[in-house]
Amino acid sequence: MAKTKDVRKTANSRVNAPCQGDEMPPMINADRSAKKNLIETVDNSCWACLQFNKGPDMAVLTINDTSRAARGQSASTRRPFSLSRFGGRWLSPLLLLLLWEAGSQTGLIPERTLAAPSAVIGTLLEMVISGELPSNLLVSFARVAAGLFIGVSLGLALGLIAGLSRSGELAVDPLMQIKRTIPALALTPLFIVWFGIGETPKVALIAFGTIFPVYLNLYSGIRSVDLRLLDAARSFGLSRWEQVWHVVLPSALPQLLVGLRYALSVSILVLVVAEQINASAGLGYLINNARDFMRTDIIVVCLMVYAILGLGADWLVRAIEARALIWRPSIVEQ
Amino acid sequence: MDARLGFSALDSAVHQPHPEPVVRLRDFTRRFGANTIIDGLDLDIAPGEFIALLGRSGSGKTTLLRTLAGLDEVRGQDVEVPDSRAVVFQDARLLPWKPVWKNVSLGLKGDNGRDRAEAALKEVGLGHRLDAWPLTLSGGEAQRVALARALVREPKLLLLDEPFAALDALTRYRMHDLVLSLWRAHKPAVLIVTHDVEEAIALADRVLVLDKGRIVAEERITAPRGERASFAARLREKLLSHLGGDDHGEDVVPFAVAAE
Repeated sequence: MAKTKDVRKTANSRVNAPCQGDEMPPMINADRSAKKNLIETVDNSCWACLQFNKGPDMAVLTINDTSRAARGQSASTRRPFSLSRFGGRWLSPLLLLLLWEAGSQTGLIPERTLAAPSAVIGTLLEMVISGELPSNLLVSFARVAAGLFIGVSLGLALGLIAGLSRSGELAVDPLMQIKRTIPALALTPLFIVWFGIGETPKVALIAFGTIFPVYLNLYSGIRSVDLRLLDAARSFGLSRWEQVWHVVLPSALPQLLVGLRYALSVSILVLVVAEQINASAGLGYLINNARDFMRTDIIVVCLMVYAILGLGADWLVRAIEARALIWRPSIVEQ
Repeated sequence: MDARLGFSALDSAVHQPHPEPVVRLRDFTRRFGANTIIDGLDLDIAPGEFIALLGRSGSGKTTLLRTLAGLDEVRGQDVEVPDSRAVVFQDARLLPWKPVWKNVSLGLKGDNGRDRAEAALKEVGLGHRLDAWPLTLSGGEAQRVALARALVREPKLLLLDEPFAALDALTRYRMHDLVLSLWRAHKPAVLIVTHDVEEAIALADRVLVLDKGRIVAEERITAPRGERASFAARLREKLLSHLGGDDHGEDVVPFAVAAE
């Protein structure tokens, strides 16, 4: 993160730096600084009838007292009170929580339908302290990690094969396009028949679902490489593999990261469904159990954990992007 | 040769080709399908010679440059180009994901890449931007990095493909001076492709005009650079006439304004 800031700083300092080299002829620069002086003078003394020597004939610039009035007015019309400056975005969710809590306390929302927020927090603490939540979370996490590892590796390998060679494209791409038309979750019954109801079908489903986003984005990222850059690299005598390493793969990286981000969100989606298959541990198991005992508080806790997993995955890819794509100038100045 | 003119149409009796040219093309022809882009071209470039290649778009100058750069296959043709050559393109073509010095040292063998890149960047006046990202450079700076990237290879043949066309006029004049001083220091043979006649006259020893894949005119300029103003206008007219640029708008027929 610190490094991104550096880049921005360099970019800024370039803009602000005094003319060095080819940006601006010195004459224009001088002219500009004169203008700046003028503006400053006007700012500092709005009473003035300002005389500005400009060549042989005198240009007289008169500034009336109205400017002071204008300044006074602008000072009095300060920025109006704005919600966004006081964390306005948190306001409506908080209000909803309060309403929810009030509804539960007054009995408007029965506990069987939805547990009160306070009860959910209590249950969360309980589950954390007893170790029930961490241990099951770890099981789910291991499933996602294993599935992602297999899926992303396969997606990378296939994407490289199809992206870097014509024959590879002929061999791989049609199969991947066929695979794309089958939703990963639709394969659940088949995977249960093949792999039983243990860990294997869960991991296999996640792997199957995450291959495609990685494959497709890497493949198209490789194919959309700037040919002019490749020409330049060739003109400097880079070998085929040096071209791939220095030009093709770095230029495909931004799109690969988009694919990775997509794969992470798919993996959590598939996890939720896969864990409903006769699990004896994991977040899905907790939810299934809670459903049987109508413990809506536990269900809500698990939903929260899923949401946090999703946020965490997104954060992870953002962190990777911030490091790997440091060369990109930030579009949005912050 | 007419010394008063300061330039002369090339006469083979006066000008003997260099015994060992760095570039030697004989009857070079290039076709794309039915289109003949380059048509039986002969070209010698002597070591250390500065040549400007003028031509309208579609005249084949980019194809010729790609051939000299080794970017196109030349099977079965009589083409000799040196192994050590480097190209500067119109757009700098820096890899945006590599800091400036890595762009310069790209593909260099040996582990003193950074030192060599630094020396080259200092030469073009960018010693302070070693670790900058290419996307933070101005157009002129990027083009100077591209020059450094070409020069760090110590090429025998430096190819410049309209390198300053995208720069503003002031920056372009500075770049002309820079290219000339680098040329004097390193002595590569230079071929600059341009459509700017003034640029060709200001820089080159020899100006070639390419049209429809053939060299239609060849001018040798003997006057030192900086003392060419006296004949530049005449030479310019002459070259423009070869380029087909002698249309001064006499044939313009204003469109009829509709009567009210």
